[in-house]
Amino acid sequence: MAERRKVIIVGSGPAGLTAAIYAARAQLEPLVIEGEPSSNSDQPGGQLMLTTEVENYPGFVDGVMGPELMGIMRNQAIRFGAELRTAKVSRLDLSSPSPFPLWIGDPNADEPTVEADALIIATGARSLMLGCPNEERLLGYGVSTCATCDGFFFREQHIAVAGGGDSALEEALFLTRFASKVTVVHRRSELRASKIMQERAFKNPKIEFLWDSVIVDVLGDTKVSGIKVQHTTSAETFELPVSGLFVAIGHEPNSGLLKGQLDLEENGYVRTIGRSSRTSVDGVFACGDVQDHIYRQAITSAGSGCMAAIDAEHWLEERGE
Amino acid sequence: MSEKIVTLSDATFDEHVKGSDVPVLVDFWAEWCGPCKMISPVLEEIAEEQAGKLQIGKLNIDDNLEVTRRFDVMSIPTLILFKNGEPEVRLIGAKPKGQLLQEIAAYL
Repeated sequence: MAERRKVIIVGSGPAGLTAAIYAARAQLEPLVIEGEPSSNSDQPGGQLMLTTEVENYPGFVDGVMGPELMGIMRNQAIRFGAELRTAKVSRLDLSSPSPFPLWIGDPNADEPTVEADALIIATGARSLMLGCPNEERLLGYGVSTCATCDGFFFREQHIAVAGGGDSALEEALFLTRFASKVTVVHRRSELRASKIMQERAFKNPKIEFLWDSVIVDVLGDTKVSGIKVQHTTSAETFELPVSGLFVAIGHEPNSGLLKGQLDLEENGYVRTIGRSSRTSVDGVFACGDVQDHIYRQAITSAGSGCMAAIDAEHWLEERGE
Repeated sequence: MSEKIVTLSDATFDEHVKGSDVPVLVDFWAEWCGPCKMISPVLEEIAEEQAGKLQIGKLNIDDNLEVTRRFDVMSIPTLILFKNGEPEVRLIGAKPKGQLLQEIAAYL
């Protein structure tokens, strides 16, 4: 028999862990299936594990390191009795009413691993890659999605950052600590990033911008030697010699497990109902970046995680549990 | 840290890795790397379980640039499995324990 839990939370970023803190304090003994080690945002702790200084999370006047913040939230959830399991959900089935079966490990096993009365989805989002021919082959050999992990290896070198949002500029600014020059390649003529980040980037003498430009290929045999760039209006291409390429062009929701099981927006994000965390399936709640393509902040994720725990608690109460 | 894990440096790398009777899995890591922290407990477990068959070594890249450059490490965590002192497998990025063991199994 699969182990049955009142509340299962899938994901352990700010949304999942805040949901865990609230559900644990409501004595629902939540189980958090936190993910497994990886170098992408699907690891326990989520996207903040790949960042350095978080300056806008309230309560930390001098800022806090992303991994440290997630460590604190994790310990806070454990303190109130949340159980964290370092594993990944391989399959879940929302076709019948609660309890919902979840599989860890073999997705084709007859018996699910666990069953949830109320299920909270907090699987977050992951970085988009460019999708150009040699990008994947050179990942780890000059192509990176984690400036904080790999910036160190590009001392006094010229590197490129793809993207125009806050994460791209954050990476670019961080990389100026090591690199001699950072070229930000952006497909439009203006940035999506916040004004404060734009101001910092424009002021930094090491950062330059290539506007209306897309990266069509990464060059190099055993490691990156350059990128091939195409101007979007003139369609002209040229090569830019760089030894590193950091990709920060945006995110997509980790909603693959949910496809066909509950209502998703056209862009793959989970649809929530009104001002709540409820989804199209009764007893399933969603919070954090998997359902938010507008704000996507640690604090909004944490806030929505709190909402999901309270919504789940009310839902369980109404069922008389 | 587990007693079964050896701390490597530029000065002691060759002695430990070339002089080892068993394969050595070297973890290139740094204090400031989030994914490196994630795989640390996984490596502790493997060190205990595989004791006598596999040696785990940790090399802090901040303090040991010579070895880091010698093996062209450009991303961390990077794990390199050395057999008879020669690099056999390179694993870039943090991975779950099962996958990690699977990728080095053929060399143990």
